[in-house]
Amino acid sequence: MKLTINGEEKIIEKDTLTISTLLLAESVKMPEMVSVELNGEMVERDVFDTQEVKEGDALEFLYFMGGGQ
Amino acid sequence: MNLTEEQIERYSRHILLQDIGGPGQEKILNAKVLIIGAGGLGAPIALYLAAAGVGHIGIIDGDVVDLSNLQRQVIHFTPDLGKAKVESAKEKMQAINPDVKVTTYKDLIMASNARDMIKDYDFIVDGTDNFATKFLINDACVLEGKPYSHGGILRFDGQTFTHIPGEGCYRCIFDGPPPKDLIPTCSQAGVLGAIAGILGTIQAAEVLKFITGAGDLLTNRLMIFDAKKMKFREAKFKKRDNCPVCGVNPTVTELEDIEQAACDLKDA
Ligand SMILES: [Zn+2]
Repeated sequence: MKLTINGEEKIIEKDTLTISTLLLAESVKMPEMVSVELNGEMVERDVFDTQEVKEGDALEFLYFMGGGQ
Repeated sequence: MNLTEEQIERYSRHILLQDIGGPGQEKILNAKVLIIGAGGLGAPIALYLAAAGVGHIGIIDGDVVDLSNLQRQVIHFTPDLGKAKVESAKEKMQAINPDVKVTTYKDLIMASNARDMIKDYDFIVDGTDNFATKFLINDACVLEGKPYSHGGILRFDGQTFTHIPGEGCYRCIFDGPPPKDLIPTCSQAGVLGAIAGILGTIQAAEVLKFITGAGDLLTNRLMIFDAKKMKFREAKFKKRDNCPVCGVNPTVTELEDIEQAACDLKDA
């Protein structure tokens, strides 16, 4: 399915995906440290395993960014 | 307060702006802003806020200027090596604009002093380099009902949003700080110097917009900046009922120091 992830169009070779399986498919390191926005709304972490991702969805994987000095 | 002729000239480019004008500039001159960190983000923030005439600026940093800082911390110059960062910053800010009162705190912000430090300021700016402090600032601002600007940079990337009391906070996006040493800091992973300037000037613009009421703030929106692609994106978020600090049944009701690597290399 075609998805937009962090502003980039991507084709994921899967018919069904949840947030958790997508993070895995995208080889996201430390998925427990990533917050996810789906189509403009933050997804609660406790539904990562059940929240389905569909063709055309736009996702933002939000990573910790801690520098400043 | 009436602007003097010198002030009218100094701030003429602000006064010309319809959204600011004379009344907006007077608000800027009466504002009190606290900058936490006089480093990569704090440098452009302090320079622009001083130039803009923010009447009272507090600046907190416990470090001294180190050679590895000078690649991006543009408020510090080579002759400042070894000097307290807050003193070095104050000198430049007052050289730009003697109208500005600068209060320096050569100190670390901690659970024990955070609420006291922020309570007399109208707006707080996070220019720190570690998650323990970023969460501490978030929690202190939520508990004290203070607006603040969050900023973080790493490698070629940056993130920023503006918290306004009653709206989404950092813990609405990220529950709590990552375990010690899991996420690299700039001192471990590096950062392109100009990224600090891009993020810091966005934060400074948010401060001035907040003070004057001009435009829409970066509230409930996390701006994400990728300098390799030179693209800005944003993720929408909102105040979450189960947020650990601003939610309905908060678990964070007082400040606590979070033990963290907090930059083993203190010149992050
Ligand atoms: Zn919150």
